[in-house]
Amino acid sequence: MQFENNIPIYIQLVEAMKLQIIAGQLNPGDRIPSVRELAMLHKVNPNTMQKALSELEDEALIYTERTNGKFVTEDRELIAKHKKIYADRLATRYLESMAAIGFDAEAAISYIGKER
Amino acid sequence: MALLECKHVYKAFDNRFILTDVNLTLPEGKIVGLLGKNGTGKSTLIKLINDLLTPTEGEILVKGLPVGVESKKMIAYLPERTYLDKNMTVEQVVGFFEDFYENFDSEKARKLLRELDLDPTQKMAKMSKGMQEKVQLVLVMSRKADLYILDEPLGGVDPATRDYILDTILTNFNEGASVLISTHLIQDIERILDEVIFIDKGKIICHEDCDTLRERENASIDEIFRRTFKC
Repeated sequence: MQFENNIPIYIQLVEAMKLQIIAGQLNPGDRIPSVRELAMLHKVNPNTMQKALSELEDEALIYTERTNGKFVTEDRELIAKHKKIYADRLATRYLESMAAIGFDAEAAISYIGKER
Repeated sequence: MALLECKHVYKAFDNRFILTDVNLTLPEGKIVGLLGKNGTGKSTLIKLINDLLTPTEGEILVKGLPVGVESKKMIAYLPERTYLDKNMTVEQVVGFFEDFYENFDSEKARKLLRELDLDPTQKMAKMSKGMQEKVQLVLVMSRKADLYILDEPLGGVDPATRDYILDTILTNFNEGASVLISTHLIQDIERILDEVIFIDKGKIICHEDCDTLRERENASIDEIFRRTFKC
């Protein structure tokens, strides 16, 4: 994974894992590798990885089972909610980018339906 | 207890102060970058921590004890320049470290050297600069130390080797140990750092958590460094 150096790395890790969860690459109830394994996988400092997992846990997207490790939430509604937030963000970004080149919202929306 | 503490440390050579009132506390389990322009006192501070120089004033403690024989066991130090006899082969150098340090894991060193595709019978002198640097890093990281101090570990190597060196640092430092890395190649290294220390004209002007700094300044450590030290 490539990191942007101007955004806190733990936030980028949170976003990447969140995307894996809403995209279904990580399924509800899936076991998450250990902090050290994940740190090695992403080539980051284990402390940074730990911070990212704590953040995901605060958002209830993952949970800890005391002796077994960490798992993806089984709350599908919560995952759907995060998916919506993500989709809204993509849609907003699209509308803003189109506005920057002179499409109003209506024109931008109808443009999507056109053949390319 | 802090792993490392510098209390009001001053160092002068011929009445010229290289370091003035350095106060520094390093906790366990962190990777800390020591960043500063050339000639600002980074290597001097590192040599003081390694008890290779004596402070003009002030005190340096490692795990609560003044630096000395005991702290040298706890600290694995990669100096800026090599001190190894270049007529030695890689295997002889490993043997040398094995004799020298109780906490040297020769199995681990041999494993890492194999991964690098190094011929153990080759003399140091016959290797490229980058290869020699890798061998030295492997030796240092193969000690089970409490504190690893790496002075410019990325100095003369290409970007691919830099990545290899950073990964070696990340995957090989002991749990609970800390790493202090001095460098001016900030862009390459900032992804692995927990904390940064900015040093300028012999003074510590900033010591902070990297992500906190990025969040507050909305910039990379590299950019913040450039802004802070603009000529």
